[in-house]
Amino acid sequence: MSDLDTFRAETRAWLEANCPPEMRQPVQSEDDICWGGRNWTFKNEAQKQWLDAMAGRGWTVPDWPKDYGGGGLSPEETKILRQEMGRINARNPLNSFGISMLGPAMLHFGTEEQKKHYLPPIARGEVRWCQGYSEPGSGSDLVSLQTYGKDEGDHWVVNGQKVWTSYADKADWIFCLVRTDKENKYQGISFLLFDMESDGVTTKPIKLISGNSPFCETFFDDVKVPKDQIVGKENRGWDVAKYLLGHEREMISGTGGGDRAGSLGAVLAETVGKDDAGKLDDPILRAQLAMFDVDALAFTAMSERFTDEMKAGKGHPAQPNMLKYAGTELNKRRHALIMEAGGSDALEWESERSNEGGRPRSWLRTKANSIEGGTSEIMLNVVAKRILELPGA
Amino acid sequence: MPLYLNDDQAMMQDSARPFMADEAPVAHLREFRDKNCKDGFSHDLWRKFGEMGFTGILVGEDDGGLGMGHVEAGVVMEEIGRNLTPSPFLGTAVAGVTALNEAGSALREKYLPGIVAGETVLGMAIDEGGKHRPERIAMQAERAGNGFKLSGRKQFVLQGGSADALIVAARTGGAAGETQGITLFAVDKDAANMRMESARLVDSAMAAHVDFDGVEVTADAVVGEVDEGWTVLRKVLAAARAGSASELIGVGTGAMDRTVTYLKERKQFGRLIGEFQALQHRAAHLYSEMEIARAAVLKAQQLLDEGSDDAELWVSIAKAKAGITSDLAVREGVQMHGGVGMTDEYDIGLFMKRDRALAEYMGDANYHANRVAELSGY
Ligand SMILES: Cc1cc2nc3c(=O)[nH]c(=O)nc-3n(C[C@H](O)[C@H](O)[C@H](O)COP(=O)(O)OP(=O)(O)OC[C@H]3O[C@@H](n4cnc5c(N)ncnc54)[C@H](O)[C@@H]3O)c2cc1C
Repeated sequence: MSDLDTFRAETRAWLEANCPPEMRQPVQSEDDICWGGRNWTFKNEAQKQWLDAMAGRGWTVPDWPKDYGGGGLSPEETKILRQEMGRINARNPLNSFGISMLGPAMLHFGTEEQKKHYLPPIARGEVRWCQGYSEPGSGSDLVSLQTYGKDEGDHWVVNGQKVWTSYADKADWIFCLVRTDKENKYQGISFLLFDMESDGVTTKPIKLISGNSPFCETFFDDVKVPKDQIVGKENRGWDVAKYLLGHEREMISGTGGGDRAGSLGAVLAETVGKDDAGKLDDPILRAQLAMFDVDALAFTAMSERFTDEMKAGKGHPAQPNMLKYAGTELNKRRHALIMEAGGSDALEWESERSNEGGRPRSWLRTKANSIEGGTSEIMLNVVAKRILELPGA
Repeated sequence: MPLYLNDDQAMMQDSARPFMADEAPVAHLREFRDKNCKDGFSHDLWRKFGEMGFTGILVGEDDGGLGMGHVEAGVVMEEIGRNLTPSPFLGTAVAGVTALNEAGSALREKYLPGIVAGETVLGMAIDEGGKHRPERIAMQAERAGNGFKLSGRKQFVLQGGSADALIVAARTGGAAGETQGITLFAVDKDAANMRMESARLVDSAMAAHVDFDGVEVTADAVVGEVDEGWTVLRKVLAAARAGSASELIGVGTGAMDRTVTYLKERKQFGRLIGEFQALQHRAAHLYSEMEIARAAVLKAQQLLDEGSDDAELWVSIAKAKAGITSDLAVREGVQMHGGVGMTDEYDIGLFMKRDRALAEYMGDANYHANRVAELSGY
């Protein structure tokens, strides 16, 4: 047996022994997803057990170095771990902007001290982060942001407003884009980190069409941020921000349904019913589902290929934009089809039977996938410019 | 296995890419179309394919080939597509060789050396109607003496009129719709009572209708086992579908590259048309879809080479996705070229024609999406 085969066998056995049965069930509602953090209350004992077991091996962040709380796995081993988790439908033990966004940026731009200080608590799910990028006047045109940090010697004093800050009311810390030079557009932004309990930080939840309030308006009123709480150099935060966006886009394309490998038609055939020949009992919907499955399964191949290429250093930096674009558009289609298959059952918004409107709320939530983290139109702009090199793009 | 070409496969690409671009660019297709050649391809070029080793990619080393896989064959197919190279490679070196690899040594010795050398051409006689429905093969092969007598009609036999032999799928038992009872035969071109009528297709390739009016073959002509031809045919279909999916990737990419180039050359309203965001977004969408299709095709070929149980599902995903995407590429290509896109002088229209022929070859996107549904249990 090769080393990788041995690793696979050991991983399989370990997962079998350590992944609680409850954690192998599909995610049904928002609180099935574990985000961790200072104020996290576990939904049940299994959720805690699973997080502790995985964090103990560094497998919440399998490919981070062991020194920073990771598992120190190679790209091949990481892929095997994911495949083996997929095999038993194991849930992600921990979801976190610290893992998917800040971590990669910190690993790339952070000092040794910062990595040792900030990363292990992320890996263990002890500190929950939020992302302060967008502002009321600066969405797609992010670089126009106005939140200002005034230099006061050993610290900055930050004033301004962010918006659409996901989970700002639940997060412990924020990574935040702050203008530190008003003269320079691109080279006048710094990437600052601060505690959400700092004086002068307030959040106000925004209600969405799904009825949930996962994000907030976030206000900064004379917030003091010490000078060592910066990633990268002063005024060079845009480089960090862009690097991080690449990882964010990859993540959204994945949670956006891109990485779900199974057939949607097979699942929905159970909802719709089958005819005597075993075919989904609505020929036009069946055809649409077949076309969806072709697109969605083909997409998983692109996702796999880009991951493999990036790990081998063969990737193109604009690839995450393509993943984000295609993955999120697919996820919107997926949920539209789930609604169609469900008929009037999938309209129920408030009832126990419908898991309090699980389907319609998820369907509406997916509409944000092609907006958050950069809109589909912006993704296409990037592909047109960076890859196709079209004039004026 | 990572989902990109390994070093050996990349080397194959490094040799196939300049070879096809130099020896058989689109101008080569035009030449053969315009001289109204009855073969529709160049025998000289076929011999050069042999010298390059392409023809032996899927032939085992014991049979004088390279013993490589579907990924490598796909690399060559993609370059064929990108240059619209007229070639019997798909029918002979991919589908035909896959069939012969399942045959006894006599048939292998009879045909494989000629294929490896780029001398022999095979035609695949599978379809019996306008749409690809291999499950419904009805053509009869009656037992006669110690051989068989074939009766029926085949169509869409690419390069059939130029072929040294046809690989024919017929029924020795069972009924249309059943997989049991199919047998594959290798029938030499000069067999008595076989009549061929070749026609030029939309993409200038030649394809034959073949009438079998009691064509006698001996038991030696059977490829694989009598009545068990479906196991061979499945492999042949998978190989041909994966190969044509790669060719579609080449066709789509060739059309897209020409279109993007055109967007950077043509001016209207005082600017390059590539500056219009309406066109930028459509081009970027197309590029993204091509990347998805390309990855799906490579995945299918890797799984085929591994002998995975998932290979058939992925071959259908690949053929469907490549077909849909290449179709998008040629339609957007003609539209974004404006009026010149409709002219014979510009190459873009030739891509549209090849795409249309390949779309039908071994099952169109609808056929394969339906298979994805069936294989997924709905
Ligand atoms: C659910 C959700 C969670 C979010 N979480 C966070 C978070 O945690 N932190 C954070 O900082 N932000 C977050 N965001 C904000 C998100 O990043 C922005 O909404 C996004 O960048 C778009 O900005 P905007 O809303 O201002 O839209 P606008 O930029 O005003 O866009 C409006 C429309 O115009 C189009 N458009 C704009 N510019 C162009 C152009 N150049 N070419 C073509 N079309 C264009 C857009 O594509 C869009 O269709 C979240 C958003 C959502 C929906």
